[in-house]
This record gives sequence, C-alpha cells and structure tokens, in this order.
Amino acid sequence: MSDVAIDNKLLLRMYRRMVMIRLFEEQVNDLYTRALMPGLAHLYIGEEAIAVGVCEALRSDDYITSTHRGHGHCLAKGAAIDRMFAELLGKEAGYCKGKGGSMHIADPDTGNLGANAIVAGSAGIATGAAFSSKRLGNGRVTVCFFGEGALGQGVVYEVMNMAALWKLPVIYVCENNMYNEYTHVSEAAAGDILARGPAFGVPSESVDGQDVRAVYSVTQRLAERARRGEGPSFLMANTYRFMGHHVGDISREYYRSKQEEQTWKSERDPIKVATEAILSQNIADRAALGRIQAEVKAEIEKAVQFAMAAPYPNVDEVEQDVYA
Amino acid sequence: MPETAVAVRELTLGEAVREALAEEMRRDPRVFIMGEDVAEAGTAFKVLGGLVQEFGTDRVLDTPISEAGFTGIGVGAGMTGMRPVVDIMFGDFAGLIMDQMANQAAKIHYMSGGKWKCSMVLRTTLGATRRSAAQHSQSLHAWFCHIPGLKVVMPSTPYDAKGLLKSAIRDDNPVVFYEDKMMYKLKGPVPEDDYTIPLGVADVKRAGDDITIIATSSMVQVALGAAKLLEEHGVSAEVVDPRTLWPLDEKTLIDSARKTSRVIVVDEGYGRYGVTAELAAMIQENAFFDLEAPVKRMGAMHVPIPFSPPLEDATVPTERTVCEAALALCGK
Repeated sequence: MSDVAIDNKLLLRMYRRMVMIRLFEEQVNDLYTRALMPGLAHLYIGEEAIAVGVCEALRSDDYITSTHRGHGHCLAKGAAIDRMFAELLGKEAGYCKGKGGSMHIADPDTGNLGANAIVAGSAGIATGAAFSSKRLGNGRVTVCFFGEGALGQGVVYEVMNMAALWKLPVIYVCENNMYNEYTHVSEAAAGDILARGPAFGVPSESVDGQDVRAVYSVTQRLAERARRGEGPSFLMANTYRFMGHHVGDISREYYRSKQEEQTWKSERDPIKVATEAILSQNIADRAALGRIQAEVKAEIEKAVQFAMAAPYPNVDEVEQDVYA
Repeated sequence: MPETAVAVRELTLGEAVREALAEEMRRDPRVFIMGEDVAEAGTAFKVLGGLVQEFGTDRVLDTPISEAGFTGIGVGAGMTGMRPVVDIMFGDFAGLIMDQMANQAAKIHYMSGGKWKCSMVLRTTLGATRRSAAQHSQSLHAWFCHIPGLKVVMPSTPYDAKGLLKSAIRDDNPVVFYEDKMMYKLKGPVPEDDYTIPLGVADVKRAGDDITIIATSSMVQVALGAAKLLEEHGVSAEVVDPRTLWPLDEKTLIDSARKTSRVIVVDEGYGRYGVTAELAAMIQENAFFDLEAPVKRMGAMHVPIPFSPPLEDATVPTERTVCEAALALCGK
C-alpha cells in the first residue's frame, strides 16, 4: 500500500473542517435541548474524520450521497453552515427551502445528491450517479456513505453486484460505528463484513476512521482507481458514535456501557488524534489551533444567528416543487 | 379517402412502444433502457426486439434480477444527466421497487427544494386473463397514483402508446408507464411522424349522449365493445379515456359526466381504495347535481387473481358486464 503523503496545509484544513463539524453538531444539540429546533437530529460527533478525510480526497464535482446522520458529510463536501442551520430550522434560506430538514440536505453545487433517511436508501442513487459518470465520461467519482446498519439491506448487495459488473466509479464507504441504532453490530452482521465485497469482485478494506490522515490517503487511492475505470470499492471505516442514536437518546446503558463511551472519547477522539499529529510534527502550536477553534466558533455563532432570524417559507410553498 | 391520400399504417401496441423508444434514443443520446432480458431477448413479451442491434448493449442493458437495485440505479442516473427507461417485466414486482419509487424518485425534487430532478420512465405491465396466476396478473397502478411526485400513464391504443411514451421520456419527472400485457398485439393506426401526446389530456374515444363510461388502459377496449352492445339496446354511450391518471384531466371527465348524467368508471385495478374510487369521488364532487344516478364502479374482484381460466375470467369486467351495468344505470 503506497498511500500518499499529507502536507501540512492539508492537515490543518482537515483539522479545521473537523472542528467545524464538531462545533456545528454541539450547536445542534444545544438548539434541540433548548427546544429551538423542530424534529430530531442524529449527531455525527466522533465520526468527523471519515467525512472530512473522504471528501478532502474528492474533487469538488464528485458526488456524494449521505445518510440520516449526514450533517458531517454535507459540511465536509462544502456546504455553508448558515444555510445548513437554516435548513435544520425549517427556514426558507435553507438548502432545501426548509422542505428537507436535518435528514435530507441536498445540494447540486457541492455534488451532494442528498442525505437519505431510509437506511441504505441512497445505495441505488449513488450507483446510478456513477453509471451516469461512466456513460457521460465526466470522470466523476461517487461516494456512497452509509452506516453499518445498512449492511442488513439487500439493495446494497444488488447495486454492488451491478457496479462490479459494469465497473462503475463508486466507493461504498461504510461507517461502522458499531451500533445499528440501539443494537450492536455483532448481533446484526454475521461473518466477516470485509468478505462480502470480494464475493462480488469488489475490493474491500478497512481503515481507522478516527485518523483523518488514514481516511484521506485510502480514499485518494480508491478514487484514483475508480477514475481509472477499474470499478467500485468498499471501504469500512471503523469509528464510534460518541452521542446517542439521536439527540433524545440520553440513557444508553441498556445497550452500551459508559466505560466504553469514555474510552473512545478519551483515547480515540478524531480531533485529538489530529491535534497530537499536528503538535508532534510541529505543524502548528496549541495557540494556533486555539485560534482556529475560536474562528470556527465565531462563524458558527454568526450562522446560527442568521438561521434563527431567517423567515420560514411562505405557506404557499407547500405545493411548490412536487413536480419539476 | 381519396386515392392519392396515404393510408396511415397500422402498428401493434408493442410495435408502437418499440418505435417510440427507438425514436427517442435516436433523438437523445442520454436515453437508455435497462431491465431484465431487454437486450437480445427483447423482453419476455418481445416488445423491444431489434433495439440492441441498433443501439448496442451500452444503451440497451440487461440487468441481473435485482429490481430494487436497478430501479435505484435508474433513479440516480435520472438525477445526474441520463434519461433511463427502466423495464419492470411484471407490474406485480412493484412491491420489490416501491422504496426506490415512492421514497426516492418521487421525493427528491421536493425534498431538495426543487434542486434535483429525476428524469426517468418506469415501463411496466398490468392486466389479468393471461393465465399467469396471482403474482403475475395484478393491476397495481393505484399504488403509484397514491404518491405525490410520480406521474402515471395508461395508454389504451397503439397511437396513444407511442405519443405518450415519447412525452414520458422527455418529462423531467419520474413517470410510471403501464402497458396491458393482453394488448401488445392490438393493432391501430400510428403515424410515422414525430408526434407527442401531452400528459394530462384525456381522449373521448367514442362520443355518446346517454351514459359516460370512463375507462383506462385494458378496459378501454372493453368499454368500446360494451358501447357497441349498448347501441343495440338504443343506448348511446360515450367512452372517455383519461390516458394519464396523474396528471388527471378532470375537466374532460366532468364535462362528459355533466353531458350524459350517468357515469360508470371501469379500471382493471382493485376497486377497494382504488382508481375507480378516486375517479367516482371526483365526478360526484364536481357533477353531483347533473347526475341522474349514482356513479357505478367496476374493477377487478377483490381476490388474488386465480389461475383456473373460468375463475380468472370472472375477476375482471367484460363487455357484457359493463353493458349490463350501463343498462341498469339507464333504467333498462
């Protein structure tokens, strides 16, 4: 494996992006607990290195599909935080005019085909986008993000089979945070998950999903492979959902221990992992990282203010956009 | 007809479908076909024969037997610059693809605030009396009609099939296009020129004064046959074909109901919570005070479609049962 080196600027950029997602999600949690946000939210805290490492390795015109836990993917692919917050609050200025909400952010300008609230719901769409790219010869790669819960859905294997038959430029990125909602993966997935792809001729590998450098490097390699016309691949990023399944999932001891959570948070936090790498290689000092955090925090505060002040859509909007 | 006039040639409904596809594929390189046995086999019904020879296997693509998967690929391809025509051999397989159609294709435009579009056509079949039993004989188009974001097209003649399919392919929305398996051999005039029929325009297939028979797809020919029988009883029946169930040309249907004051709705789907219920309700909401009798609904019997021929034949409306219902409605 000859994964590419990561230059200092790139690592700092990825650090900033991860901090942005972390603070964004903390802000979402805050809005929700203060009853300022309608609906639910599924937080990405703890998994930031995957979205950021993958999306930094993509071209801006490459496609992604996302999931119910999708804020991180959208932000990593270039979504603006003010319009993200506006969408989460159901405002007209949101990415989907408030019609999609937390689980359905979509944006053609950043290649985001849409977050999907059906588990594995975007597997077909992602593979279809890869089909278009191959037919149109535009060199675009599609990344299909999904959690390990989606491994229980048959459609994933149907489309992986076709992607392999037709050598489509798609990367299936499985974020294995170990819990299908409230059920441990060991109760849901038999055998070796990484043996599933090779059965279709889809090369499969795993990566430390807490290390943004590792995720970036492997994605670059898989994206280049896809662009060369060598077909799909499957990447399992091992990670951990630091928070509950959704913001309201507070008492979690019945499905996982506080000790387990604490170990991941203290030893495997992707931002801490990146921080240590930056400091030990003298890429930046603590003060510089502190400045980045302060800058991002200010941006987030401004974006929340924008979203809170933004108007709701006019009720006439309800019947718009049903048909193109 | 003067001797110099060129007679309009006749095609079967299957040939009209194939001609529409071929013309659209020549016109637009983004159009492609995918499905089970669509290439060399030309589908189980032999409707697509010859297309793979002209367009190649890149554009007429045999898939594995993975309806949900390749329908989903069609959705994604339709969002990103292609115009897929997805072939679902039997309409009964709707259950296998429903998430892709109802939750993905139908909703992406709305959920994205109008930013993504899904331009795809799903061609599939309906209709009983082919001795195919309960899992290959249903008419389940009402399922798709129920979902906002989808359009549903139901041609009843070769002419309509060609013109409507071309419009469906050019449409920027997901369109479900139903073909009656028993009508593939039905012949009718089809011009050679590039005509389209807009979605959402009903057609009066036969003008009449005493009763309106609103009929869809497979039931249009049944209604026309019933109208002939009714003539012998001195009843003049008007047969109106909505042609598309969504968008729905309510005005033409209501106008006919007002004119004749008696209405039967015939559709091969199940009656319970089905197309006939919707159309009958729409008629009574808009033409109640012009009606001389309650709107009559006729559809498939509410049973799984049986195999045994006499049993199966009993499940669907026929010229005779429609005629009898019309006579009863007219007090004859």
